[in-house]
Amino acid sequence: MIQLLLLIIEFFKIGLFAIGGGLATLPFLYDLTVTHPDWVNRSQLLDMVAISESTPGALGVNMATYVGNIIAGPLGGVATTIGLVMPSVIIIVIVAKFLERFKDSPIVQNVFYGIRPASIGLIMAAAFVVIKEALMDIPLFSETGSFTDLFRIKSIIFGIILYIGMVKFKKHPILYIAIAAVVGNIIAF
Amino acid sequence: MKELLELYWVFCKMGAVCFGGGYAMLPIIQAEIVDKRGWATSEEIMDYYAIGQCTPGVIAVNTSTFIGNKRAGIPGAIAATAGFVTPSVIIIMIISSLLKNFAHITYVERAFSGIRICVAVLIINATVKLWKSAVKDKIGLVICLGVFLLSAFTPLSPVIFVVLSGFAGYFICKWKGASE
Repeated sequence: MIQLLLLIIEFFKIGLFAIGGGLATLPFLYDLTVTHPDWVNRSQLLDMVAISESTPGALGVNMATYVGNIIAGPLGGVATTIGLVMPSVIIIVIVAKFLERFKDSPIVQNVFYGIRPASIGLIMAAAFVVIKEALMDIPLFSETGSFTDLFRIKSIIFGIILYIGMVKFKKHPILYIAIAAVVGNIIAF
Repeated sequence: MKELLELYWVFCKMGAVCFGGGYAMLPIIQAEIVDKRGWATSEEIMDYYAIGQCTPGVIAVNTSTFIGNKRAGIPGAIAATAGFVTPSVIIIMIISSLLKNFAHITYVERAFSGIRICVAVLIINATVKLWKSAVKDKIGLVICLGVFLLSAFTPLSPVIFVVLSGFAGYFICKWKGASE
């Protein structure tokens, strides 16, 4: 029981200080291997990243659940998740109340006039990272220096086919994800 | 109560199919929340993402909390967030106790070689759709491309960009108002 409380507090702190999404929690989790070596070690964290990236859900939540599970079983996983999301929920509810009250004020509207295009710029930057990893082979390119090695041709062709399918048929994203999982098993990109 | 259960269930489904974290959630939010249910507009989603990136915590959770709160206040925020994390908790629990080498199973590795491409394309598609509601004039275009380039090629934190562009928006509007 005391351990579960400790876990909630420890992950509450991580949720409070990790700004910028799931990957921002990673350095804090590495810190845990130093401050609480009896809880989790570095090689377990490597498994954690691999599994969290290959399961659905937010990366930060998956990692917290995994670590909690290692430390104290299923209840530990629930405790770390609650701890991690609690600061988010509290802070966002406060911000949302503030926004609701002032959303018609010209100041807030002017501020968001600048923030909205920045928000899409940040999303584009995140998309760029994902695209770089999925469609380009930078390690191979830096080894051979040949531009034909820079792009994963098979992946790009499949990506274009997917995009045309999305624009044309406008189906739910999960359908395309399922198709991609099957095609990945046939072709192995 | 029915509304809370509905929020929980919708976000639970989203959590189960959202591969690749907060940004990968964007196309799914667009399909489920904006297009299908009309619970939020594209503009609101952009605002939530901007705020979610400069407030602490996981972006997907911040966004879920925002939408839940808009629908049904604090209980709604909790229901949406609880729904979103439920699949994660269950799936990770099963995998971490039964399939420690899950990520290295050939089928899983191959499936993800395809899913990664799909997620990249889904995010591109979502960005194209959001573009219209976020970038409305030349100033918006400059801010958007500037933030994209700086964020993609420098290690600066998103917080800086959001705060600076907020100030920029404020002063540009003030200046425009004064000149009119």
